[in-house]
Amino acid sequence: MLEYLAQLTLNGLITGTILALTGVGASLVFGIQRVANFAHGEYMTFGVYVALVLNVGFRQDLVISAVGAMAATAVLAVGIHFAVLRPLRGRGLVALSLITVGLALMLRHLLFLVAGAGIHQYRIDQTAVFDLRIIRVSPGQAVAMAVTVIVAPVVALFLARTSVGKAMRAVSDNRDLAGISGIDVDRIGAYVWLLAGALAGLGGVMFAVVQGPFDPNLGSQVLFLIFTTVVLGGIGSAYGALVGGIVLGLVMDLSTWSGFAGGLDARFRPVLAFAVLILLLLYRPQGLFGKARVL
Amino acid sequence: MDILNPAFWTFVALIAGIYVIFSLGLYVQFSLAGLPNFGHVAFMAVAAYTMAILVVRYSVSLQVAAALGVAAAVCLGLVLGIPSLRLRADYLAIATVAGGEIVRYLAMNLPGLTGGPLGSIGLLGPGNIASYNQEWQGLLDRLTAALSIPLGRSATRDLAMALLVWALAGTLLVVFWRLERSPWGRVLKAIREDETAATAVGKNVFAFKMQALVLGAVLGALAGLLLAWQIGVFSPDDYQPTLTFYAYLILILGGMNRLWAIPVGAAAFSLLYSGTRFMDFFPLSLINSGSRAFLRLFLVGLLLVLFMALRPEGLLGNRRELLLEK
Repeated sequence: MLEYLAQLTLNGLITGTILALTGVGASLVFGIQRVANFAHGEYMTFGVYVALVLNVGFRQDLVISAVGAMAATAVLAVGIHFAVLRPLRGRGLVALSLITVGLALMLRHLLFLVAGAGIHQYRIDQTAVFDLRIIRVSPGQAVAMAVTVIVAPVVALFLARTSVGKAMRAVSDNRDLAGISGIDVDRIGAYVWLLAGALAGLGGVMFAVVQGPFDPNLGSQVLFLIFTTVVLGGIGSAYGALVGGIVLGLVMDLSTWSGFAGGLDARFRPVLAFAVLILLLLYRPQGLFGKARVL
Repeated sequence: MDILNPAFWTFVALIAGIYVIFSLGLYVQFSLAGLPNFGHVAFMAVAAYTMAILVVRYSVSLQVAAALGVAAAVCLGLVLGIPSLRLRADYLAIATVAGGEIVRYLAMNLPGLTGGPLGSIGLLGPGNIASYNQEWQGLLDRLTAALSIPLGRSATRDLAMALLVWALAGTLLVVFWRLERSPWGRVLKAIREDETAATAVGKNVFAFKMQALVLGAVLGALAGLLLAWQIGVFSPDDYQPTLTFYAYLILILGGMNRLWAIPVGAAAFSLLYSGTRFMDFFPLSLINSGSRAFLRLFLVGLLLVLFMALRPEGLLGNRRELLLEK
């Protein structure tokens, strides 16, 4: 039973780091845009399919495909920022939310039209298992772990040490104050979208690698997990999202452990995440670590 | 299918009528009270499931089951509303869409209660085909028989249903048109425009918002019951979040803050939605008919973006009275 717990912890950590990486971008974007981006899940799906074309269509290996997906998704995110979201800034919360919902519907069904409703998967052996005595790791999980172990610290260092990273956090935290302090808010906004797009593309590919077969609904299925991650960490807080994602991933997987009062049926994991999201919005909208202030 | 087939257009009119009732619920919540409910579809789902379970498992009569279905939607409105009505607009949107998804996931994953992914057909467990709408079909048959006296052979079940739906929709539109112009409606609009001011003149803002949410829930439930009776069998997948956004598109197409424009929006939406199946000219003929559904949903998204960006007051709306600027 403890071996099972170790396995669940590993699975939770893998899901959690993917959520954390994607959540960092989503949180920064939420911070600068002041509105939830309902199309964020579709940005991930877009990356997933770009990588699919590279991986299966052009026979590139998975790492190159993932890098291509990151670049393409970053371009998509910045493109939508300049074409739609930036000109419409100041339209009000509900109007912008509806616009991102519309963008999500467009992107998702464009992918359905182009790629079809069938399921696909990357060229990766989903049946193989590395048996490490206590835990078992699938090749997909191994790839995801390797990537996140490299990328997560890089992102964290980038945000902590570089001037662009600091400026991103500043703009996301308080746009007006950042502007007064001499930060070029518009330029940094575009950089934030680049980063968020790249991370969404990477997160999508990682989800697809871990999960195996996927269809164009992949992104919309994890959108609310991303939202929960963002709110857990405190909206606009990059580090908060890093921690929030890992906490959420662990909680979701560990809740199914039979040691906790029999464990939650795995089918109800999304329900758990949605309930956490609602409760957080109600009682702790500043997130786990944020300070209470008027949001 | 023939584009001039009256049976098809009767069906389109019928669905449009159901959408009028559904969107009217959203109108009360969103356009009047300023509550961006992104999970409106949950009221449909809860009412349909409650009704079907009561009819199939407990042989409850249709009227009682329908009333309890509406009551269940009201309960959901209260459960969702009591904590969440104090939220900021976009948090309320996220919370309600998450609430709607909880309802759908539970319906999907509690096969003992809901029939699981199979939907209403599986309500009696595997191997038994459950049907909840015999009584409704009987009612429609009697109505069709009555209609065939003046109309002869052109009286069909769908026509009878369409007339019923539009009679109800018309009545509800008149009732809510009066309500909007009543003191009650004016308070809701005041709350929408400025909550603090409404509180300052002694209005119980929370109670008024709750009333709007619950009335919207009742309308959503009615639409859900009618849709369930019409389609005869439903599953959790029929209650995707996209359905809520159809209602938003209907409100936007007609005019965000024009109650009488809802039927216009619903008609335009139904034309768009059913019309795409006739788009078989080049280049669209390259898309096979199975993929046209995706084209439809793509167009729904495109229109949402275009209207919100370029004409947020809708085709017939009034820009001066627009809550979207906040």
